[in-house]
Amino acid sequence: MHAQTLAQKIIARAAGRESVSPGEIVVCRVDLAMMHDSGGPRRVKPMLDKLGAKVWDPDKVVVITDHYLPAKDDESRRIIRIARDWVKEAGVTRFHDGEGICHVVLPQKGYLRPGMLAVGGDSHSPTGGAFGAYMFGIGATEMLGVLVTGEIWLKVPQTFLVEWSGRLADYVSAKDMMLALCARLGLDGGQYQAIQYVGDAVAALPIQERMTLCNMAPEVGAQVGLVAPDAVTQAYLESVGAGGSDLAAWQGDADAPVGAHLRFDAAALEPQVAAPHSPANAAPVAAHAGTRIDTAYIGACTGAKIDDLRMAARVLRGRRVAQSVRFVVAPASAHDQAIAAREGTLKILTDAGAELLANSCGICAGYGEDRLGENQVAITSTARNFKGRMGAASSQVYLGSPFTVAASAIAGRICDPREFLK
Amino acid sequence: MNDGRAWVFGDNIDTDVLAPGQYMKSGIEELARHCLESVEPGFASSVRPGDVVVGRRNFGTGSSREQAPEALRHLGVAALVAESFSGLFYRNAINLGLPAVVCADAGRIRPGDRLRVDPEAGRIDNLTTGETLACEPIPGHLMQMVRDGGLVPHLQKRLQAQREAAR
Repeated sequence: MHAQTLAQKIIARAAGRESVSPGEIVVCRVDLAMMHDSGGPRRVKPMLDKLGAKVWDPDKVVVITDHYLPAKDDESRRIIRIARDWVKEAGVTRFHDGEGICHVVLPQKGYLRPGMLAVGGDSHSPTGGAFGAYMFGIGATEMLGVLVTGEIWLKVPQTFLVEWSGRLADYVSAKDMMLALCARLGLDGGQYQAIQYVGDAVAALPIQERMTLCNMAPEVGAQVGLVAPDAVTQAYLESVGAGGSDLAAWQGDADAPVGAHLRFDAAALEPQVAAPHSPANAAPVAAHAGTRIDTAYIGACTGAKIDDLRMAARVLRGRRVAQSVRFVVAPASAHDQAIAAREGTLKILTDAGAELLANSCGICAGYGEDRLGENQVAITSTARNFKGRMGAASSQVYLGSPFTVAASAIAGRICDPREFLK
Repeated sequence: MNDGRAWVFGDNIDTDVLAPGQYMKSGIEELARHCLESVEPGFASSVRPGDVVVGRRNFGTGSSREQAPEALRHLGVAALVAESFSGLFYRNAINLGLPAVVCADAGRIRPGDRLRVDPEAGRIDNLTTGETLACEPIPGHLMQMVRDGGLVPHLQKRLQAQREAAR
């Protein structure tokens, strides 16, 4: 059997094969299918009804509401109601309603394990790669295909190794690593292949920072982002009752051929900011320092997990945001918000002037009533700053790490968080 | 495939531009009216059935929302042509029965050119300039689905065959 990457090993197992080679098209059994309220039941139910088909295995399906919450109008309430009714009808018991953003709630419930082949009805589904799962985003019709057949086809990807050696400086984070990668590769450099993050700087990252790396793999056009499971992964999985995986089975072979091997020096990385309207417009923060902002937003699956809230709090402790700035924080899950409340992180943020929003996708998805108005300038800890995504087409969104967003909120302008190093 | 007029766009046409989040709770009718409006305000009102949307690199980047290709299909767009597509968008388009054709020379097409696209053969005839552009053919197993009208009708056929076999 030839040497294989982690991605190949997972796909081979799911396809019932000894091994697979890049470029082959194979049909895989799906271990887990996740949907949210927007792309999930409201889209797949009518198609299932039309086909007169049932879900292949309700125990492998997870439904999490996060897009149309809080439901403040009739149409949003109708969409949420469809999700609530459908899970009962379909026999789906893994349903989490208003507990937070799907990509963050999914691992917190202990549903993900190394070696799984999983799909999600959302483009940020590769977040699951942080746990050694091959997880990718699909549209609603393709999800319907999975729900009916339990299978999905895919083209075995090449693996692009992204190696970060050395150690990150203080106030530099996984988000900065990903913005730097976006600048290097552009939005399509990932070519719908598999990115695997390696190197000592990656090994040193806590699990949620690894989630941020994998979460943004789609921003460079990759199908998935992966981190091979290690002791950090295992400790996390055990803490959520999902331990016991054979980690040795889910490592790539050292001599497996890869499509590319990109090397980065973590120690040399500076805080990054991506200018409107693309994550690929990233540059060291100095390039945009001084740009006046109206809104600073800590939110989304990319940038409002407990580790992200702690980063913001480290900068904001004992400080207040500029009077001219609207500072909004939408913790990514109720679980993470509860931790933040318990340990005092949340109080630091609210004392600094944060306005708390619900544990949902909110402004990042451009869905809620807090969308950015005409000509608003914002800096956000989210993943995407496409034109008009978070509000008016004239709004301008800069992307940065939670450190950089917090520092900019204090200054009222885009600001290097290292100015607040204590 | 009949010929249609080309609508030409640039790199990285994203799903927020194709299906703006603000209209995502509306039905496809309303959503499609805002398709591409932030880059080409007259698109939805002027595009005609059979027209072809042409992009450059990474067409359809961003979200998994299949309302992006669905809006184009709803407006009658017959085919998409680009130098490259976002992988997720590509799957969504094919699943909805909308052929997405990869053509390295997409940049040679001008707005308003009359195109005849043959996804299976992998060729585009530009009837305006007389040029023929080579494309990557859509693999047969996917074209079968496109011809069936997308994944849902395709599955419908499959399930029906299974039921008949069980009878």
